[in-house]
Amino acid sequence: MPQSPLETAMPVGLDHFKDKQKEALAGWLMASPAILLLLTFLILPFLFAFYFSFTNQRLISPNPTEWVGLRNFSRLLTVRTFSLEPVADPTTGELVRDEKGAFSYPSLRNYTRNNPDYPHLDGLREWRSWNWGNKRVYLLASDVVFMKSLANTLLFVLIVAPLQAGLALILAILINQPLRGINVFRTIYFMPVVISMVVIALLWRFIYDGNNGLLNSLLSLITFGAFEPIDWLGNPNTAMGALIAMSIWQAVGFHMVIWLSGLQTIPSVLYEAASVEGANQRQQFRFITWPGLRNTAVLILIVITIQAFGLFTQINVMTRGGPLDSTQSIVFQAFIRGFEKQDIAGGSAISVLLFIIVLVVSLVQRYLTRERRL
Amino acid sequence: MILKGSSPRTSLFWRYTVLILIALIFIFPIVFMVVSSLKPNLQLLSDTSSLRAFLPVGDISLNNYIDAFKRVPIGLFMFNSLFITAVTLILGIFVNSLAGFSFAILKWPGKMVVLSILIATMIVPFETIAVPLLLIVNKLPMIGAKGFKIGWLDTYHVQIIPFIADAFGIFLFTQFFRDIPRELVEAARIDGASWFQIYRRVFMPIAGPVVATAAILKFLAMYNSYLWPLMVSQSEQYRPVMVGLQYFFQLNVAWGEIMAYLSIITLPVLLFYLWLQRAFIESIASTGVKG
Repeated sequence: MPQSPLETAMPVGLDHFKDKQKEALAGWLMASPAILLLLTFLILPFLFAFYFSFTNQRLISPNPTEWVGLRNFSRLLTVRTFSLEPVADPTTGELVRDEKGAFSYPSLRNYTRNNPDYPHLDGLREWRSWNWGNKRVYLLASDVVFMKSLANTLLFVLIVAPLQAGLALILAILINQPLRGINVFRTIYFMPVVISMVVIALLWRFIYDGNNGLLNSLLSLITFGAFEPIDWLGNPNTAMGALIAMSIWQAVGFHMVIWLSGLQTIPSVLYEAASVEGANQRQQFRFITWPGLRNTAVLILIVITIQAFGLFTQINVMTRGGPLDSTQSIVFQAFIRGFEKQDIAGGSAISVLLFIIVLVVSLVQRYLTRERRL
Repeated sequence: MILKGSSPRTSLFWRYTVLILIALIFIFPIVFMVVSSLKPNLQLLSDTSSLRAFLPVGDISLNNYIDAFKRVPIGLFMFNSLFITAVTLILGIFVNSLAGFSFAILKWPGKMVVLSILIATMIVPFETIAVPLLLIVNKLPMIGAKGFKIGWLDTYHVQIIPFIADAFGIFLFTQFFRDIPRELVEAARIDGASWFQIYRRVFMPIAGPVVATAAILKFLAMYNSYLWPLMVSQSEQYRPVMVGLQYFFQLNVAWGEIMAYLSIITLPVLLFYLWLQRAFIESIASTGVKG
């Protein structure tokens, strides 16, 4: 716009400056309700948890809260290996064998309970053990239950993330067919997503029941009675698998719909062109569908991973971490210690560790799936 | 994707067979719930050994529903749930869309830092901050019907206010508003509209899809929430329906009544879903579009 020489630049600049200030003020004001609420009810509790994790805070305690440094973390995370030599006969020097020919070993307790020669083992407990040559090797941990919860949660994430994403993609492709009444199927596949996990977990207790649960009945029907009933949630070998299956069943519809939206952004012209060129189904998926879904895939992977790390409700309603700690999860442990055992410091330390783990995993995922430009 | 079959007819037959079998997998626990709610306890438990579990056969009645109503003040709990959900949803849409507008449209110092912190908070599972949050709300002052007091336990506030703002909702609105052409803003500015007027008269009227998304996600999260209400509602007066489940596991556990109660509390969310199912699914799909 041509400016008349009578108008000086000054007032315009000042107006502009004032406008900018007004905009910044409006920006702060409009964002402030949300920011204040999130600060008070999300970030502040998180900072509290962070602070508590360095103290010995309990819900009710006669002693004042003390700063304990990293003690809570070292109590959670200390892991050591330790091996024992078989017992030898003191006179002959030969290794003692029992009637089955197995070696016998000194009791682990001698080393982990108040043994002045092994101060670094004090208070540790057996997490895993195995034989290695003549030796008995132990993996010791200061907090075996937490270690199990960590291992279980990682297992859960490693199985659920790819499996749920893959099944959701298959469902999305099925539901993307141009068939009459396809919306009915879409509606049904999505239905478990809207139902409370508490409700679903209670219903699935009937499916997994050890006596005449629905799953046992079905398997017995299919095998003409040859199937031996399993107490799916009561057996340490099957409990985690049962929880994984139910969790996928509940959430897969959500990710199906996200895949579906990705599928529908791929122009149909591409498929038509590929058909003309004589590309078969597999080739079409490999060269058109999959590349077109790249961003969707990254999003789904990250979302499922974060959700899977939050594993809690199913365990709280169905197994409470059992049997034999086979379904302990990180969040369940954080909550149980902080709330039910009133060990706020211990629960908070677990929360902080979980935050760090999820943050690192998310960043690694983002790095690995970044856009590669040649 | 079109599957190849020997003839179009048989191909169609197999496609529907697959779709129906999968549908059965997703629907059978829900059918089981409703059917079982009509059966007396003993029959309910013995029927699970056969297909009768899914059929309304035998001694069918509404007795479980009558007993469930006797055991739990369902009307009160349902009112609490719907009230808490509705208030949080309405306030949440206002607060989060306002923040989304600010993040997407306005320039202010520190914006990007605040936005990245908000997005980072999405990876914190609620259960891990529940206990510190409990300590905080226990110290907050409030003015209620009975005057001034310290501590929010046993109120509606404690179930509503912490959940109004949510990072994901803000993120949704920010993403949506970002794609709205800048010219709309400039035109309104020239007409002398204030920023709040632009938000209210220009942006919100076209934000229908994202409002639906935010509303639906909030509805599900609030109506289905269980842990927090359990922690903060010690007296019956403020309990929502999910906490009511506890009543059925005290004393004699009657599974027929539990099934009746589960059916009752699942009904609103299922009806809401079936009524709005297109918006439901499209709204969730829209969360994925932007990647």
